[in-house]
Amino acid sequence: MKIFIAFIVGLIFAMGLGISGMTQTQVVRGFLDVFGDWDYSLIGVMAGAIFIHSILFYFIKKRSSPLLDSKFHLPTKKDLDWRLISGAAIFGLGWGWAGVCPGPGIVAMASGNINILIFIVFMLLGMGIFKLIEKK
Amino acid sequence: MNAVIGGILIGLAVSLMLLFNGRVTGISGIIGGAIKPQKNGLSWRLAFIGGLVFGGFVLQYFRPNAFIQLSSATGIDYMIAGTLVGFGTLLGSGCTSGHGVCGISRLSIRSIIATLTFILFGVISVLVFKFVRGSL
Repeated sequence: MKIFIAFIVGLIFAMGLGISGMTQTQVVRGFLDVFGDWDYSLIGVMAGAIFIHSILFYFIKKRSSPLLDSKFHLPTKKDLDWRLISGAAIFGLGWGWAGVCPGPGIVAMASGNINILIFIVFMLLGMGIFKLIEKK
Repeated sequence: MNAVIGGILIGLAVSLMLLFNGRVTGISGIIGGAIKPQKNGLSWRLAFIGGLVFGGFVLQYFRPNAFIQLSSATGIDYMIAGTLVGFGTLLGSGCTSGHGVCGISRLSIRSIIATLTFILFGVISVLVFKFVRGSL
């Protein structure tokens, strides 16, 4: 059942990304291009998602546990360390360079666009490099 | 308007994940955890990624315009971007979904700082790209 839910969540998430324009690199980079022809779609997506989730989060967290698990698995870290900041900075540089982040990249693979496929291969490579370094 | 509708779908999707499975829908973290499965299990991660991929095919069939890419970025750019995104999201513990949507919705200071950081560096990245290439 958990697996079925995860699949459905992925499916709905993909629809949201596709309908909102986030699977198009020009829309994402259009948002980051604040000194150019600014496209504010991304703010609409974030605002819609945060609006809904912040309300539902409040009610869901009133439960002692989720429906299919014994406890909630929420991040517990509180400190603002160099890993968080430098990681976000590195991600931001890559995000702006091509206009793709992990979710839209995975969803857009279905289009068969070679550049998107290259992006995903190298994203997995980047994750692999991190895991190798982290082990040491 | 489509942006807000898409955002609402994303907000509902991540809320379902929390309500049923008790998990944060952080796409980079889910993919990263699937590369080298740890204690948190592999099957639900693969099911979620499967949902994203399946959603991509549904979009490709019903809404192929969602995948039109207008960009002057080349294969090399997508290689650079993919590597940075993969490495940066794992180092910084999240991307647009985990920090940007889920984290901000629960008012996590770490996620708010991370989101502001990757947007700032995304803006810088787009500026540099335009300077180097002449256009996006």
